[in-house]
Amino acid sequence: MPEQPGKNAIEVRGVRKVFGTGENQVAALDTVSVSIRENEFFTLLGPSGCGKTTLLRLIAGFDFPTAGEILLHGQDIAPLPPYKRPVNTVFQSYALFPHMTVAQNIGFGLEMLGKPKAEIEARVAQMLKLVKMEALKARRTSQISGGQQQRVALARALAPQPKVLLLDEPLSALDYKLRKEMQIELKRLQNETGITFIFVTHDQEEALTMSDRIAVMSAGKILQVGTPRDIYDRPAERFVADFIGETNFLPGTVVSKQGGVATVKFASSATISAGYPEGFNPTGEVTLVVRPEHADLVPDPTKGTITGTLSNIVYFGTDTHFHVKLDGDGENFIVRHQNSRSSAVTYETGAKVGIQFEEDAARVLKD
Amino acid sequence: MAEPRVMDIKDQPGFRSIAIICLLVLYIPVLILMIFSLNSGSLVTHWEGVTLKWYGSAFLNQEFHSAAKNTLIISVTATIVSTICATLAAIGMTRVKPWRGLAAAFMVINLPLMVPEIITAVATLSFFALIAGTLGLNFGIGNLILAHTVFCIPFAYMPIRARLEDMDLTLEYAAADLYATPWNAFKRITLPLLVPGIMSGAALAFIVSFDDFTITQLVAGPGQTTLPLYIWNQIRRPMTPEINAISTILLLVSILFVSVSFLIARRRAK
Repeated sequence: MPEQPGKNAIEVRGVRKVFGTGENQVAALDTVSVSIRENEFFTLLGPSGCGKTTLLRLIAGFDFPTAGEILLHGQDIAPLPPYKRPVNTVFQSYALFPHMTVAQNIGFGLEMLGKPKAEIEARVAQMLKLVKMEALKARRTSQISGGQQQRVALARALAPQPKVLLLDEPLSALDYKLRKEMQIELKRLQNETGITFIFVTHDQEEALTMSDRIAVMSAGKILQVGTPRDIYDRPAERFVADFIGETNFLPGTVVSKQGGVATVKFASSATISAGYPEGFNPTGEVTLVVRPEHADLVPDPTKGTITGTLSNIVYFGTDTHFHVKLDGDGENFIVRHQNSRSSAVTYETGAKVGIQFEEDAARVLKD
Repeated sequence: MAEPRVMDIKDQPGFRSIAIICLLVLYIPVLILMIFSLNSGSLVTHWEGVTLKWYGSAFLNQEFHSAAKNTLIISVTATIVSTICATLAAIGMTRVKPWRGLAAAFMVINLPLMVPEIITAVATLSFFALIAGTLGLNFGIGNLILAHTVFCIPFAYMPIRARLEDMDLTLEYAAADLYATPWNAFKRITLPLLVPGIMSGAALAFIVSFDDFTITQLVAGPGQTTLPLYIWNQIRRPMTPEINAISTILLLVSILFVSVSFLIARRRAK
């Protein structure tokens, strides 16, 4: 993928990580390369076991790569122990020191760096203010709530002013409302501190709302790197489309191709033009992906590109999902309508409907 | 209250009576021993009235003093040395990548728990006799300290290892992440969190050393009588309630020691 010129905070070059020996070898990371720019909110997104946490641990220094280099501002840090890397981590379990107060936790990194006492105190006060925990600075970490522990963990990792902050699914233990709050809080902290954030999550919504760029990972490989829009609107592979957001998969046959756009014929013999990723040459039987909100339901089946029978209507508050059993192959197709105060047409299950596609709604992807 | 349990053992028929019988069997002999330490008669089987004179004579008894002194020297030294060894061993066994000899090392450390004590006693005795015979070395009371240290190690080791295994390793990663060298991470994070384990390990080691009889009996040289040996020698003669008084004092010391270390461990664990 083309990289924009600009300073890279972290460059991961051809990194492999193999666990176990002999026949039990498992490659947790299979030759991964990625560049993370300065001041970027970069997210590693993928299902559990995809290698995202392994990559984070390699950058932190808790593990060493089997092969490859990890550059921090151009210097290879892969052989350095964690305590010699200007990189700090927010752990999933927070890992606050239970025998220390909130303030002692936040000051620990600076203390280990041998900073003068006055500087540590000033910096701790500043951090307490940043995460709005001034009132609880003398508390033990066991005497504060989960959300507060999260803030302390953030302050502790930010206090030594690391070059890069690593966050390992830090919001997964919080309830929904608190998680939403912390997402905004994290963005604010990143803006205010100007530190590069590398965020690990399996929550695609979290990744889309917070990140400048996202790397989607699966089975030890990075499948796609791009802005949330890129990833969502122009997924490079079927896995990416499937993992992020809801997607309809439609079988079809490529009839012709011209300038990055293929004409694909459905079983119903209707055709649609669909874009495809660079470097991919779709031929014959392919799978089309269409986001549910990029399709429209029409009451008159003759006006639809494809047709089907409404099998289920699911109300979600903000929007409604219409499940359509397609004529011909009987595949299930979901159309999402945003709900408004006045819905022009009401649908009944069992009705015959047509589905129209917005322009560029369909893409042909590698399986 | 808490959520309903699947089974509460207290609701089982007979639980209460069995529990009471067990407690009685365990503690009635000890209670009788303590009560007769207050007997004004000079027999340990015939009650005559209440007195504290046997405690008075125990405190004035020079043999008891010297036995108590020996016991304390041996127990305290053995406790300190064995707890240090056990702590190092536990760290070495839990903070390494698994290697082939790990199970064997665990066995070796815990062997004293499995070997019948009389075997260890005979072996220790022959070992010291061999050293004395061939090298002409005799460490005096050091022989006993050495022997006690060795068999105290597994007792101190167990709670320390359990505490280390319970400890969240992420805390050590977090310390390293925050620029703590391995030594600093140990000093500032691992060791303070390990203190409750070390305390209970030391308490166990102390109790085991304090009341050891078999090994001490075989290894002890002249003038190295400890409290258990002293009591043993006393009950082979016509017994007076003084022996009950001495035993009660020992018991109270043990209870005090265990309670204190338990309380410290509980406070630290919070």
